[in-house]
Amino acid sequence: MEQKAWKPWALLAPSLSAVLFLLVIPVCFIIVYSFWLRAPTGADIPAFQFGNYQRFFADFFYPSILIRTIRVALETVALCLLMGYIPAYFFYRTESRHKSIFLILIMLPFWISFIIRTLSWINILGDTGLLNHVLLRMGIISEPLGLLYNEGAVLMGLIQYLLPFMILNVYVSLEGIDRSLVEAARSLGSTEWQAFREVVLPLSLPGVSAGCLLVFVLTAGTYLPPMILGGPGNDMIANLIFKRVIGTLDWPFGSAISVILLGILGTIVYTYNRYLGINQIFKTFQ
Amino acid sequence: MKPLLTGWNLIKVYTFLVYIFMFAPIVAVVILSFNPQQFGSFPMEGFSFRWYIRLAQNDAILMAFKNSMILGALTSIVVTAVAIPAAMAFVRYEFPFKNALNTLLLTPIMIPEVVLGVALLLFIRWLQQPKSFMLLLIGHVVITLPYVLLVVQARLVGIKRVYEEAALTLGANPFQTFWEVTFPLLMPAIFAGMLFSFTISFDDVTATLFWATASNQTVPVKIFGMLRNSISPEINALGTVMIVLTISIPLLAGYLSRRFSKGV
Repeated sequence: MEQKAWKPWALLAPSLSAVLFLLVIPVCFIIVYSFWLRAPTGADIPAFQFGNYQRFFADFFYPSILIRTIRVALETVALCLLMGYIPAYFFYRTESRHKSIFLILIMLPFWISFIIRTLSWINILGDTGLLNHVLLRMGIISEPLGLLYNEGAVLMGLIQYLLPFMILNVYVSLEGIDRSLVEAARSLGSTEWQAFREVVLPLSLPGVSAGCLLVFVLTAGTYLPPMILGGPGNDMIANLIFKRVIGTLDWPFGSAISVILLGILGTIVYTYNRYLGINQIFKTFQ
Repeated sequence: MKPLLTGWNLIKVYTFLVYIFMFAPIVAVVILSFNPQQFGSFPMEGFSFRWYIRLAQNDAILMAFKNSMILGALTSIVVTAVAIPAAMAFVRYEFPFKNALNTLLLTPIMIPEVVLGVALLLFIRWLQQPKSFMLLLIGHVVITLPYVLLVVQARLVGIKRVYEEAALTLGANPFQTFWEVTFPLLMPAIFAGMLFSFTISFDDVTATLFWATASNQTVPVKIFGMLRNSISPEINALGTVMIVLTISIPLLAGYLSRRFSKGV
């Protein structure tokens, strides 16, 4: 087949220009904007100064939100791994003919709107929600427990949102393991547990690390669970961006916070890609 | 074999509990939407379609539904039209910076949506354009592009080049070859990509909240607005409609594709 050099570029033109104009240039804009000044009248003044960044690091208020974001993201990663690895392993090892149904079921939440999945926890954890109702009925408690509007509730929402990502990443990686390796280990006298620990677990680590990265990045960039399920003390960095941009219309400061978030996540993703390769994550979406 | 069996049973029970964790809140939304009382909470007393009737009479919600549908449909068409040629370029051609450009087109997956929301809004503001339906559309195209690209690319890798070469040898021009050979073979991926992008667009709230206006609301944005005065059975009813809609589409598509593939 003859190949003309311009052809691939013509085919790429629409998608490249879309990403260039709608993603790359806008992101450059928030970087530029983060150095601007905001006049007391609310107008934005072009400038080159670091006041917005200084303001972020001036006292402990904003950095503590940043630290909380990282802590909550790490907690979510740990809980997703704890809750996700075993089901993924179950999908890998099960010989049930309903395996595809199990898999479809765990994928279903992907198709349900994030906001509905988040607010659905109010029905479970609220003062008149399912848990309090059951506990009151059983006489275990005499007054509703305040289960909502704290970090625990935020974590519930985050896990429900991100667990399928973790399970799928781990499962894809498990499914790539040659089953004869496990059989070989077993026939050479190892127990099932040893075969898991020495063969399956190490080979599944690429999926585990890809899942962890994805869950971390998605948690650090979300504001909905803290906003709906959290209290005033549970705001994360994305909530801060939302409040500055939508609430007080402070564009330069909102841009500076966005740049800080993007810088931290970018560093993490870059480092990960450098040492482990990022393609594992994209594999999952196929 | 005995101790292994108990371990396996524990794994099964654990998996079952994870399923309960994932589905209990969603099931609660569906059940409580039939609660006739003013405050949607347990215990339930009775069963009624009262809140669904209220929904059907709410013009603002119907309007949001219409917006979401149109937006989702347009997004899926535009993004597929953009993604197919890009996938062709990556799979069928060699050119400089290929890997870097492929990664660039997939980056929207890794950029936090909140940053995407702010960035695009800021850009539009600098261009002195008002927030509009167009902003929602181009925003959703960027959000969904990587997913559709991945799906189409994966399928295209599996389509052997010999089919295209045969057509070219037999005298078809490249355009005919694509249209009559590659495109039909690509159909399942295109269909899956459109479905995927429709659902992502229909469900998106994180970035959409930055771009929507009072006159251009989607259903999730509307739900967000309604949440301000705590959760009501009406929200549960609206949630149930969304759940049924977004779940039935992929299930139906899966069923249809299996039927069609059996028929061939």
